[in-house]
Amino acid sequence: MKITGKVWKYGDDVNTDVIFPGKYTYTIKERSEMAKVALEDLDPEFTKNAAPGDIIVGGKNWGCGSSREQAVSCLKERGLGAIIAKGFARIYYRNCLNEGLPIIVSPEAVDAIEAGEDVTVDFDRGKIVTKKGEFAFPPYPDFVRGLIEDGGLIPHVKKSLGLK
Amino acid sequence: MGKTFAEKALGKAAGYEVRANDVVTVEPHFCMSHDNAAPIAKTFKKIGVKNVWKPERLVFIMDHAIPAPSDEHAVNHKEAREFAKEQGMTHFYDVSSQGGVCHQIMCQEGFALPGIIMIGSDSHTCMYGALGAFSTGIGRSEMAAAWATGKIWFKVPESLKITVTGQFKKGVSAKDLILKIIGDIKADGADYMSVEFHGPAIEAMSLAERMTLCNMGIEMGAKNAVCPPDAKVLEFIKDKAKSDEWEALWADDDAVYAQELSYDLGDLVPCVAKPHAVDNYAPIDEVKGQPIHQAFLGSCTNARIEDLREAAAVLKGHKVAVRTIVIPASWSVYRQAMKEGLLDTFLDAGCVLCNPGCGPCMGNHEGILAPGEVCISTANRNFKGRMGNKDSFIYLASPVTVAASAIAGVFADPREVR
Repeated sequence: MKITGKVWKYGDDVNTDVIFPGKYTYTIKERSEMAKVALEDLDPEFTKNAAPGDIIVGGKNWGCGSSREQAVSCLKERGLGAIIAKGFARIYYRNCLNEGLPIIVSPEAVDAIEAGEDVTVDFDRGKIVTKKGEFAFPPYPDFVRGLIEDGGLIPHVKKSLGLK
Repeated sequence: MGKTFAEKALGKAAGYEVRANDVVTVEPHFCMSHDNAAPIAKTFKKIGVKNVWKPERLVFIMDHAIPAPSDEHAVNHKEAREFAKEQGMTHFYDVSSQGGVCHQIMCQEGFALPGIIMIGSDSHTCMYGALGAFSTGIGRSEMAAAWATGKIWFKVPESLKITVTGQFKKGVSAKDLILKIIGDIKADGADYMSVEFHGPAIEAMSLAERMTLCNMGIEMGAKNAVCPPDAKVLEFIKDKAKSDEWEALWADDDAVYAQELSYDLGDLVPCVAKPHAVDNYAPIDEVKGQPIHQAFLGSCTNARIEDLREAAAVLKGHKVAVRTIVIPASWSVYRQAMKEGLLDTFLDAGCVLCNPGCGPCMGNHEGILAPGEVCISTANRNFKGRMGNKDSFIYLASPVTVAASAIAGVFADPREVR
């Protein structure tokens, strides 16, 4: 798997309330509607203009705060290609794997990447290709790779239970 | 080599010896969901399994927006109610005088027990560690999968040991301690870790104070946070434990920690967490005198009877200068406050009382802020937009600092209220 996309770059400790505001947690129920408010309280430009395949690059502790999975669903539904960050908050990390949204921890790549540049993530070779060079990242453990390849936890559980 | 609490609790649940960084699959003892039970039920149905693995292990507690403030919320509650009935669930806390904020109910009603594994579709599920449980927050898909399979995987976390000694000075409380710790180690300082609170000062604390500490474990990134299951805990769960599978587990003295910290309560002062991050610590002196527009005394963090008593003691004989919203953590707490005359104290001071629930904490209702407004709050998050408006400002503080500031109409030092 290989994806190339335009980078939206943000800082440290971006929390789930600015990714998907709490006031929408019970008023917005459809994933397509969730996608329309993604990052509303962080970057209205992203909300308006993000395109499928784009890549978010964040600092440390991306996705801290609430367990709300909509903070991942809204980006997945938007067609986001991947999130590269210096680190992820624990629940957000699990939610990404469970939603089948690829995430990569690479502090070096985050420092090198500039907002707006095109970046390629080559999952088979474990490389992030940027303007300033290539950065290696370790491959996912097998069961995490399985989750992402199956499209997330729910399809993965269905498969493991032998359900269609 | 000794073991940490997390190694013992997850090892017991897995049925074999484990160490930090092992990956285990365990069966949760209780699975808590609040209003989000409804969307989780929809995801559960997509899996194609008809029944949840054990209906008696699921607990639904309506709290995020109750009674329903809109048709969307009403439909949401209805779906949760119908799912609970259809699955034969017995632990359903609806809009009723049995209810309250989910985490309060889980502790108050005997679900949170020493040494058991608890998961909740809410990040503040880590609070149950105050009663010695291994408890952690998860997302919606993961909860749906747990209902279907009765299983969840965990990496056994490394542990952070925080030893606390000394005594609080007047006007200083557990909230000031946890805000100081988070300010020191920052919002990711305990990422993926199990936080253990040790020391004589923890043993001296009430369970309510321990709940305030463990509740905010997530604000430093922790997977779970836990206090020792001592005599106070055993006395509290006596006659109300909802399971007999609990066991008082605690770390060995020679357990191995990724990091150790120590705090002396005597060094602490009243403080706030400034917008828009919980780790943005400031002693009260730094903000004293700046205007506020609203005060909020409520939430799973700081609205137990002990918190209400402390705030009422400050408010007694005074009038609030700004709108002040008081929301007890549960109807049981509300009744007790009524019996003790605390509700009269709040009303005499000019506060408004709302029904137990999450209230304005995450911007659903009962106290949304207008642009430019400043709120001092006993809740756990001050993120931008958290209370419903991205152009407002939330400061976190203890119940007494909130009460003192409500009287003054500006940030005020609770040690200076006469």
